[in-house]
Amino acid sequence: MRFLTVVRAGALTTVQDLGRPGHAHLGVPRSGALDRPAHRLANRLAGNPEDRATLETTATGCALRAETAVTAAVTGAPCPVRVDGRPAAWGAPVRVPAGAVLEVGAATAGLRSYVAFAGGVAVPPVLGSRSHDVLSGLGPAPLADGARLPLGAPCGPAGAVDAVPCAAPPAELVLPVVLGPRDDWFTPGALRVLAGGGFTVSAAGNRVGLRMDGPALERARDGELPSEGVVLGAVQVPPDGRPVVFLADHPTTGGYPVAGVVAGAALAAAAQAVPGTPVRFLPTAA
Amino acid sequence: MTAAGRAAPRALPVGRHALLLEVGTAAEAQDLHAELLRRRAAGTLPPVREIVPAARTVLLDGLADPSALAADVARWEVPPQAGAGHAPVLTVPVRYDGADLADVAALWGVAEDEVARVHSALEFRVAFCGFAPGFGYLTGLPEHLHVPRRATPRTAVPAGAVALAGPYTGVYPRSSPGGWQLIGRTEAVLWDPAREPAALFAPGTRVRFEVCA
Repeated sequence: MRFLTVVRAGALTTVQDLGRPGHAHLGVPRSGALDRPAHRLANRLAGNPEDRATLETTATGCALRAETAVTAAVTGAPCPVRVDGRPAAWGAPVRVPAGAVLEVGAATAGLRSYVAFAGGVAVPPVLGSRSHDVLSGLGPAPLADGARLPLGAPCGPAGAVDAVPCAAPPAELVLPVVLGPRDDWFTPGALRVLAGGGFTVSAAGNRVGLRMDGPALERARDGELPSEGVVLGAVQVPPDGRPVVFLADHPTTGGYPVAGVVAGAALAAAAQAVPGTPVRFLPTAA
Repeated sequence: MTAAGRAAPRALPVGRHALLLEVGTAAEAQDLHAELLRRRAAGTLPPVREIVPAARTVLLDGLADPSALAADVARWEVPPQAGAGHAPVLTVPVRYDGADLADVAALWGVAEDEVARVHSALEFRVAFCGFAPGFGYLTGLPEHLHVPRRATPRTAVPAGAVALAGPYTGVYPRSSPGGWQLIGRTEAVLWDPAREPAALFAPGTRVRFEVCA
Protein backbone atom coordinates (compact mmCIF):
# COMPACT_ATOMS: atom_id res chain seq x y z
CA MET A 1 0.00 0.00 0.00
CA ARG A 2 1.24 3.50 -0.83
CA PHE A 3 1.14 5.89 2.08
CA LEU A 4 2.70 8.87 3.81
CA THR A 5 3.63 9.28 7.45
CA VAL A 6 3.07 12.66 9.07
CA VAL A 7 6.40 13.84 10.53
CA ARG A 8 5.24 17.36 11.46
CA ALA A 9 1.52 18.13 11.29
CA GLY A 10 1.86 21.92 11.52
CA ALA A 11 -0.61 24.35 13.07
CA LEU A 12 -3.64 23.05 11.16
CA THR A 13 -3.17 20.82 8.15
CA THR A 14 -6.32 19.24 6.74
CA VAL A 15 -7.24 16.97 3.85
CA GLN A 16 -9.29 18.92 1.29
CA ASP A 17 -10.88 18.31 -2.08
CA LEU A 18 -13.74 20.11 -3.85
CA GLY A 19 -16.07 19.55 -0.88
CA ARG A 20 -19.51 18.03 -0.47
CA PRO A 21 -22.03 20.42 -2.04
CA GLY A 22 -25.63 19.28 -2.35
CA HIS A 23 -26.28 18.48 1.32
CA ALA A 24 -26.91 21.98 2.69
CA HIS A 25 -30.57 21.13 3.34
CA LEU A 26 -29.37 18.54 5.88
CA GLY A 27 -27.17 21.08 7.67
CA VAL A 28 -23.97 19.84 5.98
CA PRO A 29 -21.49 22.60 5.01
CA ARG A 30 -19.98 22.42 1.53
CA SER A 31 -16.38 22.47 2.86
CA GLY A 32 -13.46 21.84 0.47
CA ALA A 33 -10.22 23.68 -0.31
CA LEU A 34 -10.44 27.41 0.50
CA ASP A 35 -8.08 28.43 -2.32
CA ARG A 36 -9.64 26.41 -5.13
CA PRO A 37 -7.31 27.57 -7.91
CA ALA A 38 -4.26 26.59 -5.83
CA HIS A 39 -5.78 23.17 -5.00
CA ARG A 40 -6.57 22.54 -8.68
CA LEU A 41 -3.11 23.62 -9.81
CA ALA A 42 -1.38 21.37 -7.26
CA ASN A 43 -3.37 18.43 -8.58
CA ARG A 44 -2.57 19.22 -12.22
CA LEU A 45 1.13 19.49 -11.41
CA ALA A 46 1.03 16.09 -9.67
CA GLY A 47 -0.75 14.53 -12.66
CA ASN A 48 -4.11 14.23 -10.88
CA PRO A 49 -7.69 15.11 -11.80
CA GLU A 50 -8.69 18.30 -9.97
CA ASP A 51 -10.99 16.52 -7.54
CA ARG A 52 -8.24 14.48 -5.84
CA ALA A 53 -7.64 15.29 -2.18
CA THR A 54 -4.68 17.52 -1.30
CA LEU A 55 -3.35 18.83 2.00
CA GLU A 56 -4.18 22.39 3.03
CA THR A 57 -1.65 23.86 5.48
CA THR A 58 -2.10 26.89 7.72
CA ALA A 59 0.84 29.32 8.01
CA THR A 60 3.38 26.86 9.42
CA GLY A 61 3.47 24.15 6.72
CA CYS A 62 3.98 20.46 7.47
CA ALA A 63 6.36 17.57 6.82
CA LEU A 64 5.62 14.09 5.49
CA ARG A 65 7.69 11.00 4.90
CA ALA A 66 6.93 9.20 1.64
CA GLU A 67 6.90 5.47 2.43
CA THR A 68 6.96 4.77 -1.30
CA ALA A 69 8.35 7.04 -4.00
CA VAL A 70 5.80 9.66 -5.01
CA THR A 71 5.50 12.82 -7.09
CA ALA A 72 4.29 15.82 -5.10
CA ALA A 73 3.57 19.49 -5.85
CA VAL A 74 3.22 22.49 -3.52
CA THR A 75 1.15 25.56 -4.50
CA GLY A 76 -0.89 28.27 -2.79
CA ALA A 77 1.04 30.28 -0.22
CA PRO A 78 4.69 30.44 -1.33
CA CYS A 79 7.02 28.60 1.05
CA PRO A 80 10.38 26.84 1.06
CA VAL A 81 10.13 23.21 -0.09
CA ARG A 82 12.78 20.62 0.82
CA VAL A 83 13.24 16.92 0.19
CA ASP A 84 15.47 15.35 2.85
CA GLY A 85 16.83 18.80 3.57
CA ARG A 86 17.70 19.68 -0.03
CA PRO A 87 15.87 22.63 -1.61
CA ALA A 88 13.17 21.61 -4.08
CA ALA A 89 10.78 23.52 -6.31
CA TRP A 90 7.61 25.28 -5.20
CA GLY A 91 4.93 25.24 -7.91
CA ALA A 92 6.41 22.31 -9.85
CA PRO A 93 6.34 18.50 -9.69
CA VAL A 94 8.81 17.24 -7.08
CA ARG A 95 10.01 13.64 -6.96
CA VAL A 96 10.12 12.35 -3.37
CA PRO A 97 12.07 9.05 -3.13
CA ALA A 98 10.87 6.24 -0.87
CA GLY A 99 11.75 7.06 2.74
CA ALA A 100 12.49 10.72 2.05
CA VAL A 101 10.84 13.57 3.97
CA LEU A 102 9.01 16.32 2.08
CA GLU A 103 9.26 19.48 4.16
CA VAL A 104 6.69 22.18 3.37
CA GLY A 105 8.02 25.23 5.17
CA ALA A 106 6.22 28.14 6.79
CA ALA A 107 4.45 30.42 4.32
CA THR A 108 6.64 33.36 3.33
CA ALA A 109 3.51 35.15 2.12
CA GLY A 110 -0.15 34.25 2.27
CA LEU A 111 -1.56 31.66 4.65
CA ARG A 112 -2.44 28.31 3.07
CA SER A 113 -0.23 26.07 0.94
CA TYR A 114 -1.61 23.07 -0.96
CA VAL A 115 0.31 19.82 -1.23
CA ALA A 116 -0.79 17.34 -3.88
CA PHE A 117 0.54 13.79 -4.29
CA ALA A 118 0.23 11.66 -7.42
CA GLY A 119 -2.91 9.56 -6.86
CA GLY A 120 -4.26 11.93 -4.22
CA VAL A 121 -4.72 11.45 -0.49
CA ALA A 122 -7.06 8.45 -0.36
CA VAL A 123 -8.66 8.55 3.09
CA PRO A 124 -12.24 7.20 3.06
CA PRO A 125 -14.71 9.78 1.70
CA VAL A 126 -17.70 10.98 3.78
CA LEU A 127 -20.76 11.98 1.74
CA GLY A 128 -18.65 11.91 -1.39
CA SER A 129 -15.80 14.09 -0.10
CA ARG A 130 -12.50 13.69 1.76
CA SER A 131 -12.59 17.27 3.07
CA HIS A 132 -12.26 17.97 6.78
CA ASP A 133 -14.97 20.39 7.85
CA VAL A 134 -13.95 22.34 10.96
CA LEU A 135 -17.55 23.37 11.71
CA SER A 136 -19.28 19.97 11.70
CA GLY A 137 -16.23 17.73 12.16
CA LEU A 138 -17.18 15.68 9.08
CA GLY A 139 -14.38 14.06 7.10
CA PRO A 140 -10.90 12.94 8.17
CA ALA A 141 -9.42 14.48 11.31
CA PRO A 142 -6.74 17.19 10.88
CA LEU A 143 -3.25 15.77 10.49
CA ALA A 144 -1.50 14.62 13.68
CA ASP A 145 2.18 13.75 14.11
CA GLY A 146 2.76 10.07 13.33
CA ALA A 147 -0.53 9.59 11.45
CA ARG A 148 -0.55 7.59 8.20
CA LEU A 149 -2.20 8.89 5.05
CA PRO A 150 -3.02 6.39 2.30
CA LEU A 151 -2.40 7.46 -1.30
CA GLY A 152 -4.45 6.50 -4.36
CA ALA A 153 -3.05 4.97 -7.52
CA PRO A 154 -1.30 7.53 -9.77
CA CYS A 155 -3.44 8.16 -12.80
CA GLY A 156 -1.23 10.08 -15.18
CA PRO A 157 2.16 11.66 -15.76
CA ALA A 158 3.07 14.72 -13.74
CA GLY A 159 1.69 17.84 -15.34
CA ALA A 160 3.78 19.82 -17.77
CA VAL A 161 3.07 23.43 -16.87
CA ASP A 162 5.29 26.03 -18.51
CA ALA A 163 5.04 28.77 -15.93
CA VAL A 164 3.22 28.74 -12.65
CA PRO A 165 2.03 32.18 -11.67
CA CYS A 166 3.09 32.90 -8.12
CA ALA A 167 0.25 35.19 -7.13
CA ALA A 168 1.65 37.74 -4.75
CA PRO A 169 -0.59 37.85 -1.70
CA PRO A 170 -2.61 41.02 -1.89
CA ALA A 171 -1.33 44.05 0.00
CA GLU A 172 -5.01 44.95 0.18
CA LEU A 173 -7.87 42.46 -0.06
CA VAL A 174 -10.50 43.81 -2.45
CA LEU A 175 -13.87 42.08 -2.10
CA PRO A 176 -16.64 42.90 -4.61
CA VAL A 177 -19.99 42.54 -2.81
CA VAL A 178 -23.45 42.24 -4.34
CA LEU A 179 -25.81 43.78 -1.77
CA GLY A 180 -28.64 41.69 -0.36
CA PRO A 181 -30.57 39.81 0.73
CA ARG A 182 -30.77 41.82 4.00
CA ASP A 183 -29.00 45.10 3.23
CA ASP A 184 -32.26 46.81 4.26
CA TRP A 185 -31.52 45.71 7.85
CA PHE A 186 -28.69 48.27 7.94
CA THR A 187 -28.66 52.06 7.99
CA PRO A 188 -27.50 53.95 4.88
CA GLY A 189 -24.59 55.04 7.06
CA ALA A 190 -23.65 51.41 7.69
CA LEU A 191 -23.47 50.71 3.97
CA ARG A 192 -21.21 53.76 3.56
CA VAL A 193 -19.02 52.37 6.34
CA LEU A 194 -18.87 49.03 4.50
CA ALA A 195 -17.73 50.78 1.33
CA GLY A 196 -15.42 53.19 3.12
CA GLY A 197 -12.60 50.84 4.04
CA GLY A 198 -11.19 50.80 7.54
CA PHE A 199 -11.41 47.03 7.88
CA THR A 200 -8.53 44.65 8.40
CA VAL A 201 -8.44 40.85 8.50
CA SER A 202 -8.82 39.66 12.09
CA ALA A 203 -6.70 36.89 13.60
CA ALA A 204 -9.94 35.26 14.81
CA GLY A 205 -10.90 33.98 11.35
CA ASN A 206 -10.82 30.34 10.29
CA ARG A 207 -12.20 28.03 7.58
CA VAL A 208 -15.73 29.02 8.62
CA GLY A 209 -15.30 32.72 7.98
CA LEU A 210 -12.95 35.62 7.42
CA ARG A 211 -13.48 37.93 10.38
CA MET A 212 -12.89 41.68 10.36
CA ASP A 213 -11.43 44.19 12.74
CA GLY A 214 -12.79 47.67 12.13
CA PRO A 215 -15.91 49.76 12.41
CA ALA A 216 -19.28 48.27 13.33
CA LEU A 217 -22.18 48.31 10.87
CA GLU A 218 -25.24 49.91 12.42
CA ARG A 219 -28.53 48.07 12.15
CA ALA A 220 -31.62 49.91 10.93
CA ARG A 221 -33.90 47.57 12.84
CA ASP A 222 -33.85 45.55 16.01
CA GLY A 223 -35.11 42.07 16.52
CA GLU A 224 -34.11 38.70 15.28
CA LEU A 225 -34.16 37.40 11.77
CA PRO A 226 -35.70 33.92 11.54
CA SER A 227 -33.02 31.42 10.46
CA GLU A 228 -32.46 31.39 6.69
CA GLY A 229 -30.16 29.65 4.26
CA VAL A 230 -26.77 31.27 3.66
CA VAL A 231 -24.30 30.92 0.79
CA LEU A 232 -20.53 30.84 0.35
CA GLY A 233 -19.21 34.42 0.41
CA ALA A 234 -22.14 35.76 2.46
CA VAL A 235 -21.23 38.87 4.47
CA GLN A 236 -23.02 38.13 7.72
CA VAL A 237 -23.18 40.76 10.44
CA PRO A 238 -23.43 39.42 14.01
CA PRO A 239 -24.61 41.65 16.89
CA ASP A 240 -21.15 43.21 17.36
CA GLY A 241 -21.55 44.78 13.90
CA ARG A 242 -18.26 43.48 12.45
CA PRO A 243 -18.86 41.68 9.14
CA VAL A 244 -17.84 38.04 8.67
CA VAL A 245 -17.28 36.70 5.14
CA PHE A 246 -18.36 33.07 5.04
CA LEU A 247 -15.81 30.60 3.68
CA ALA A 248 -16.20 26.91 2.76
CA ASP A 249 -17.07 25.54 6.23
CA HIS A 250 -19.83 28.10 6.86
CA PRO A 251 -23.08 27.07 8.58
CA THR A 252 -25.89 26.29 6.14
CA THR A 253 -28.48 28.43 7.93
CA GLY A 254 -28.10 31.46 10.14
CA GLY A 255 -30.09 34.07 12.00
CA TYR A 256 -27.90 37.15 11.59
CA PRO A 257 -28.62 39.39 8.61
CA VAL A 258 -26.49 39.01 5.46
CA ALA A 259 -25.73 42.46 4.01
CA GLY A 260 -24.25 41.15 0.76
CA VAL A 261 -22.41 38.33 -0.96
CA VAL A 262 -18.76 38.35 -2.08
CA ALA A 263 -18.18 36.95 -5.57
CA GLY A 264 -16.72 33.44 -5.49
CA ALA A 265 -13.71 34.46 -7.58
CA ALA A 266 -12.50 36.76 -4.77
CA LEU A 267 -12.57 34.06 -2.10
CA ALA A 268 -9.24 32.46 -3.06
CA ALA A 269 -7.50 35.74 -2.21
CA ALA A 270 -9.56 35.93 0.99
CA ALA A 271 -8.22 32.49 1.95
CA GLN A 272 -4.64 33.81 1.65
CA ALA A 273 -5.12 37.12 3.48
CA VAL A 274 -3.04 37.15 6.65
CA PRO A 275 -4.32 38.91 9.79
CA GLY A 276 -3.83 42.66 9.54
CA THR A 277 -4.36 42.81 5.76
CA PRO A 278 -6.48 45.87 4.87
CA VAL A 279 -9.87 44.94 3.36
CA ARG A 280 -11.87 47.05 0.94
CA PHE A 281 -15.43 46.00 0.16
CA LEU A 282 -16.80 47.17 -3.20
CA PRO A 283 -20.58 47.04 -2.80
CA THR A 284 -22.80 47.04 -5.87
CA ALA A 285 -26.57 46.88 -6.03
CA ALA A 286 -28.03 43.52 -7.06
CA MET B 1 -52.76 37.60 -4.36
CA THR B 2 -53.66 34.20 -5.69
CA ALA B 3 -56.98 32.42 -5.55
CA ALA B 4 -55.83 30.74 -2.34
CA GLY B 5 -55.35 34.18 -0.80
CA ARG B 6 -51.58 33.87 -0.68
CA ALA B 7 -49.08 36.29 -2.12
CA ALA B 8 -46.43 34.89 -4.45
CA PRO B 9 -43.06 34.36 -2.76
CA ARG B 10 -40.84 37.45 -2.57
CA ALA B 11 -37.50 36.86 -4.33
CA LEU B 12 -34.45 38.48 -2.68
CA PRO B 13 -31.06 38.67 -4.41
CA VAL B 14 -28.21 36.57 -2.96
CA GLY B 15 -25.04 37.22 -4.95
CA ARG B 16 -24.93 36.28 -8.63
CA HIS B 17 -25.99 32.63 -8.40
CA ALA B 18 -28.61 32.33 -5.69
CA LEU B 19 -32.06 33.51 -4.75
CA LEU B 20 -33.83 33.69 -1.40
CA LEU B 21 -37.58 33.11 -1.65
CA GLU B 22 -39.43 34.61 1.30
CA VAL B 23 -43.01 33.96 2.42
CA GLY B 24 -45.08 35.05 5.39
CA THR B 25 -45.37 31.98 7.57
CA ALA B 26 -43.66 28.72 8.49
CA ALA B 27 -46.49 26.75 6.86
CA GLU B 28 -46.10 28.68 3.60
CA ALA B 29 -42.35 28.05 3.68
CA GLN B 30 -42.95 24.30 4.02
CA ASP B 31 -45.46 24.40 1.16
CA LEU B 32 -43.03 26.38 -1.00
CA HIS B 33 -40.28 23.84 -0.26
CA ALA B 34 -42.60 20.98 -1.25
CA GLU B 35 -43.54 22.86 -4.43
CA LEU B 36 -39.87 23.42 -5.33
CA LEU B 37 -39.10 19.71 -4.85
CA ARG B 38 -42.13 18.85 -6.99
CA ARG B 39 -41.00 21.21 -9.75
CA ARG B 40 -37.44 19.87 -9.63
CA ALA B 41 -38.71 16.28 -9.87
CA ALA B 42 -40.96 17.28 -12.77
CA GLY B 43 -38.04 18.95 -14.55
CA THR B 44 -39.70 22.37 -14.57
CA LEU B 45 -37.19 24.04 -12.23
CA PRO B 46 -33.88 25.33 -13.69
CA PRO B 47 -30.86 23.29 -12.54
CA VAL B 48 -29.98 24.16 -8.93
CA ARG B 49 -27.29 22.79 -6.58
CA GLU B 50 -29.00 23.40 -3.24
CA ILE B 51 -32.58 23.87 -2.09
CA VAL B 52 -32.36 24.98 1.55
CA PRO B 53 -35.61 25.54 3.43
CA ALA B 54 -35.62 27.59 6.64
CA ALA B 55 -38.09 29.33 8.94
CA ARG B 56 -39.76 31.71 6.43
CA THR B 57 -37.61 31.19 3.36
CA VAL B 58 -36.24 28.72 0.85
CA LEU B 59 -32.75 29.38 -0.56
CA LEU B 60 -31.91 28.27 -4.10
CA ASP B 61 -28.15 28.16 -4.66
CA GLY B 62 -26.20 27.35 -7.82
CA LEU B 63 -28.59 28.96 -10.31
CA ALA B 64 -27.36 30.04 -13.75
CA ASP B 65 -29.85 32.90 -13.99
CA PRO B 66 -31.43 33.90 -10.67
CA SER B 67 -33.19 36.97 -12.10
CA ALA B 68 -35.08 34.89 -14.68
CA LEU B 69 -36.31 32.57 -11.95
CA ALA B 70 -37.18 35.56 -9.73
CA ALA B 71 -39.39 36.93 -12.50
CA ASP B 72 -41.02 33.51 -12.93
CA VAL B 73 -41.61 33.02 -9.19
CA ALA B 74 -43.53 36.31 -9.03
CA ARG B 75 -46.29 34.55 -11.00
CA TRP B 76 -46.34 31.33 -8.97
CA GLU B 77 -49.33 30.08 -7.05
CA VAL B 78 -48.10 27.75 -4.36
CA PRO B 79 -50.86 25.38 -3.30
CA PRO B 80 -51.27 24.85 0.46
CA GLN B 81 -50.05 21.49 1.76
CA ALA B 82 -48.57 20.50 -1.59
CA GLY B 83 -47.35 16.95 -1.19
CA ALA B 84 -48.12 16.78 2.53
CA GLY B 85 -50.30 14.14 4.08
CA HIS B 86 -49.01 11.38 1.81
CA ALA B 87 -45.54 10.86 3.23
CA PRO B 88 -45.29 8.08 5.82
CA VAL B 89 -44.95 9.16 9.44
CA LEU B 90 -41.64 8.36 11.12
CA THR B 91 -42.11 7.16 14.71
CA VAL B 92 -39.33 7.97 17.19
CA PRO B 93 -39.38 6.25 20.61
CA VAL B 94 -38.59 8.62 23.47
CA ARG B 95 -37.90 8.19 27.17
CA TYR B 96 -39.38 11.38 28.62
CA ASP B 97 -36.90 11.97 31.44
CA GLY B 98 -35.14 15.16 30.33
CA ALA B 99 -33.39 17.46 32.78
CA ASP B 100 -35.81 20.33 32.00
CA LEU B 101 -39.02 18.28 32.24
CA ALA B 102 -40.16 20.07 35.41
CA ASP B 103 -39.49 23.51 33.90
CA VAL B 104 -41.37 22.65 30.71
CA ALA B 105 -44.29 21.21 32.71
CA ALA B 106 -44.47 24.45 34.70
CA LEU B 107 -44.39 26.55 31.52
CA TRP B 108 -47.12 24.38 30.00
CA GLY B 109 -49.16 24.41 33.22
CA VAL B 110 -49.37 20.62 33.41
CA ALA B 111 -48.07 17.93 35.76
CA GLU B 112 -44.58 16.65 34.99
CA ASP B 113 -45.79 13.24 33.83
CA GLU B 114 -48.28 14.94 31.47
CA VAL B 115 -45.52 16.36 29.22
CA ALA B 116 -44.94 12.97 27.59
CA ARG B 117 -48.63 12.48 26.85
CA VAL B 118 -49.06 15.96 25.38
CA HIS B 119 -45.86 15.88 23.30
CA SER B 120 -46.37 12.34 21.97
CA ALA B 121 -49.93 13.12 20.91
CA LEU B 122 -48.77 15.74 18.38
CA GLU B 123 -47.61 15.26 14.81
CA PHE B 124 -44.49 17.16 13.77
CA ARG B 125 -42.87 17.99 10.48
CA VAL B 126 -39.20 18.69 9.84
CA ALA B 127 -39.28 22.28 8.62
CA PHE B 128 -35.55 22.62 8.03
CA CYS B 129 -32.10 21.56 9.19
CA GLY B 130 -29.20 23.56 10.56
CA PHE B 131 -26.92 23.97 13.58
CA ALA B 132 -25.31 20.56 12.92
CA PRO B 133 -25.63 17.85 10.24
CA GLY B 134 -28.95 16.06 10.75
CA PHE B 135 -30.32 18.54 13.32
CA GLY B 136 -33.92 19.15 12.28
CA TYR B 137 -36.18 21.99 13.38
CA LEU B 138 -39.58 20.32 13.79
CA THR B 139 -42.77 22.37 13.73
CA GLY B 140 -46.08 21.19 15.15
CA LEU B 141 -46.17 22.58 18.69
CA PRO B 142 -49.27 24.75 19.11
CA GLU B 143 -48.45 28.28 20.18
CA HIS B 144 -49.45 27.83 23.84
CA LEU B 145 -46.76 25.12 24.15
CA HIS B 146 -43.88 27.27 22.83
CA VAL B 147 -41.12 27.64 25.44
CA PRO B 148 -38.08 29.94 25.61
CA ARG B 149 -34.51 28.71 25.38
CA ARG B 150 -32.73 28.15 28.67
CA ALA B 151 -31.27 31.34 30.12
CA THR B 152 -27.89 29.59 30.31
CA PRO B 153 -26.99 27.12 27.55
CA ARG B 154 -25.47 23.79 28.57
CA THR B 155 -21.88 23.16 27.51
CA ALA B 156 -22.76 19.56 26.62
CA VAL B 157 -26.13 18.12 25.63
CA PRO B 158 -26.00 14.35 25.04
CA ALA B 159 -26.67 12.79 21.63
CA GLY B 160 -30.32 11.75 21.30
CA ALA B 161 -31.61 14.48 23.64
CA VAL B 162 -35.15 15.54 22.67
CA ALA B 163 -35.53 19.25 23.25
CA LEU B 164 -37.79 22.27 22.81
CA ALA B 165 -37.13 25.92 21.95
CA GLY B 166 -39.59 28.51 20.68
CA PRO B 167 -41.93 26.86 18.17
CA TYR B 168 -39.54 23.95 17.57
CA THR B 169 -38.84 20.44 18.74
CA GLY B 170 -35.38 19.02 17.95
CA VAL B 171 -33.21 16.01 18.66
CA TYR B 172 -29.45 16.49 19.12
CA PRO B 173 -27.73 14.21 16.56
CA ARG B 174 -24.51 14.18 18.59
CA SER B 175 -23.23 15.60 21.85
CA SER B 176 -22.87 19.37 21.55
CA PRO B 177 -23.40 22.59 23.47
CA GLY B 178 -27.05 23.63 23.47
CA GLY B 179 -29.60 25.97 24.97
CA TRP B 180 -32.80 24.09 24.29
CA GLN B 181 -35.04 22.67 27.06
CA LEU B 182 -34.45 18.92 27.40
CA ILE B 183 -37.57 16.78 27.81
CA GLY B 184 -36.30 13.30 26.94
CA ARG B 185 -33.93 11.14 24.93
CA THR B 186 -34.09 8.63 22.13
CA GLU B 187 -31.89 5.74 21.03
CA ALA B 188 -32.67 6.53 17.40
CA VAL B 189 -29.57 7.42 15.35
CA LEU B 190 -30.43 10.82 13.89
CA TRP B 191 -27.33 11.16 11.75
CA ASP B 192 -25.06 8.56 10.18
CA PRO B 193 -23.15 9.71 7.10
CA ALA B 194 -22.48 6.07 6.16
CA ARG B 195 -26.23 5.36 6.03
CA GLU B 196 -28.61 6.13 3.17
CA PRO B 197 -30.29 8.42 3.99
CA ALA B 198 -27.72 9.96 6.34
CA ALA B 199 -30.29 12.15 8.11
CA LEU B 200 -33.38 10.65 9.75
CA PHE B 201 -34.92 14.13 9.86
CA ALA B 202 -34.69 15.47 6.30
CA PRO B 203 -36.85 18.54 5.60
CA GLY B 204 -40.47 17.56 4.93
CA THR B 205 -40.34 14.38 7.04
CA ARG B 206 -43.44 13.82 9.22
CA VAL B 207 -42.56 12.70 12.75
CA ARG B 208 -44.37 11.35 15.80
CA PHE B 209 -42.74 10.72 19.16
CA GLU B 210 -43.78 7.59 21.03
CA VAL B 211 -43.51 7.12 24.79
CA CYS B 212 -41.19 4.29 25.68
CA ALA B 213 -40.86 3.18 29.29
